[in-house]
Amino acid sequence: MEFDGERILDGINLYFNDHEFLTLLGPSGCGKTTTLRIIGGFLTPTSGTVTFDGKVINDLPPYKRQINTVFQRYALFPHLDVYDNIAFGLKVAKLPKDEIHRRVNEMLEIVSLKGYENRSIDSLSGGQQQRVAIARALVNQPKVLLLDEPLAALDLRLRKDMQNELKRIQRSTGITFIYVTHDQEEALSMSDTVVVMDKGRIQQIGRPEDIYNEPKNAFVADFIGESNILDGVMLSDYKVRFFGRVFDCVDAGFNPNEPVDVVIRPEDIDIVPANQGHLVGTVTGITFKGLNYDIIVEFKGFKWLIQTTDYHSVGSVIGIRLNPEDIHIMHKSEYSGLFGDYSSYSAEYDELTEDAEDEEE
Amino acid sequence: MKKNNAVLLSTPYLLWMAAFTLIPLGVVCYYALTDPATGAFSLRNLRDLGMYLPVLWQSIVYSLAAAAICLVLGYPVAYYIAQCGQTAQKLLYMLVMLPMCMSFLLRTLAWVGLLQDTGIINTLLGKLGIGPLRLIRTPGAVILGMVYNYLPYMILPLYSIIVKIDRRLIEAAEDLGCNGVQVFGRVILPLSVPGILSGLTMVFVPSVSTFYISQKLGGTDTVLIGDVIERQFKQGNNPNLGAALSLVLMVLVFVCTGIMNRFGGDSEEGGVIV
Repeated sequence: MEFDGERILDGINLYFNDHEFLTLLGPSGCGKTTTLRIIGGFLTPTSGTVTFDGKVINDLPPYKRQINTVFQRYALFPHLDVYDNIAFGLKVAKLPKDEIHRRVNEMLEIVSLKGYENRSIDSLSGGQQQRVAIARALVNQPKVLLLDEPLAALDLRLRKDMQNELKRIQRSTGITFIYVTHDQEEALSMSDTVVVMDKGRIQQIGRPEDIYNEPKNAFVADFIGESNILDGVMLSDYKVRFFGRVFDCVDAGFNPNEPVDVVIRPEDIDIVPANQGHLVGTVTGITFKGLNYDIIVEFKGFKWLIQTTDYHSVGSVIGIRLNPEDIHIMHKSEYSGLFGDYSSYSAEYDELTEDAEDEEE
Repeated sequence: MKKNNAVLLSTPYLLWMAAFTLIPLGVVCYYALTDPATGAFSLRNLRDLGMYLPVLWQSIVYSLAAAAICLVLGYPVAYYIAQCGQTAQKLLYMLVMLPMCMSFLLRTLAWVGLLQDTGIINTLLGKLGIGPLRLIRTPGAVILGMVYNYLPYMILPLYSIIVKIDRRLIEAAEDLGCNGVQVFGRVILPLSVPGILSGLTMVFVPSVSTFYISQKLGGTDTVLIGDVIERQFKQGNNPNLGAALSLVLMVLVFVCTGIMNRFGGDSEEGGVIV
């Protein structure tokens, strides 16, 4: 896919299974909304094909596709009330009045908006508008529902509620959901399959657990959760060397002496007294996070993030132990060296994904 | 700004409004309700209005026709301009505005030159062996004059409403199964209602009270209420009747705008209503 000669999507090859909750996850500008718009029919790809039930639908206009969309910021019709917004697609399809009535009421029930039929759109809160938008799309019983950052405009509490709600609706209707978000937590908790995208390319496709536990490259490791990413050398199967020390690991299939990226999740690291550690470092920072402390520990000039429930004062010297299953090995990629170093760590890393964004429009 | 300062600063215009709007209105009412000969209170002028009802009716019909034609001609143009790129929009907007910068009288006179029996159109037709056709002094010519002069008043409010319609609503309608025609009928047209109403009002109001257009382009059977009023003051020498007619016209305009606004419902974005 190209815009004004600029390549937005490159080599996207995706399969969507029936009844699946699939999430396109990535930072803003990564091409996830573009992908969604191609599926919805609002953009025609400059090359490649979109296939639906075995038929190529590249040139099929949106109104002929059995796909409905929940738009970013909803795009509800301001001249229609709640009922007529939801009934819109059914009226266009010229269904009998009583069927429209039955299905709209059913939908109002599902999204808990009974009694709001004749309210104008302007008088609804963000969460209510969100639910009208979902109802308006779902009432058409599409084969596929596209959701473009549907929860981005809601506050945290409401967002959590709606996540559960969406998941429940998806299970009960069996409709395939294709969900776009830049919020990794949302993606992991809701999806059957997560597609991590960056720079218009798919970085990894997999179940949420696999994406988290077996990230393919430094970008995925860093974008999904927190990661310490180190340079290492794969000596042989199950043996990796970093920080001048050889560790046992559970990965195999690399070339002998291949340089690799080593991922260690902050919550997997065991803290031990300095004399028992595989590595010994100095605590240089500590932040209380509620569930745990985030501590920054310096090992030979390289700073790691470690999550622990115990307090360690700044300046104290601690040792760490790494079990073989805590060490994950990745091939080197274009992202190597860009992520996973906490030298410039500050509390801001949490907020990076919170920025409200206007993307790809 | 303090409220006192605002009052102080707006005093000049408030005075102006009193002197040249309210007082004259009172004078019009006074004249309308007094006998021309004796100056005593009288409802005679209002009773006499009866014989001008056909003229009033004709004015309304012509103006409604002009407003309707303006809507049919203007909507596609406004819609087209709203779809153009930024630069083209500005240019086209200016071109629509441009005739309004030319004197109204001159524009109407130009049509006389075009339409009259020895005018440009008939001369050309004559060269082709057709005609001469009777173009001027017809109801058609009067309505043409109204449409020509007031079309920008239709296009501009329509454009300003259509250009604000959210693109995503159109995509949402397509997503929900609308083809092009349905998108227009179910989303774009309903959302342009405020622009349509304000455009209709802005064409209808000046049309219904015009006299110059009908004098220059019309004949003896296309007299409008504006002509009658003018005649009462200039030739008929019956300012009292003229005042009564003006009053009726004013009420008519109020009623029309009132109806239009009612149709617009509670949409505050109703563009400009004069």
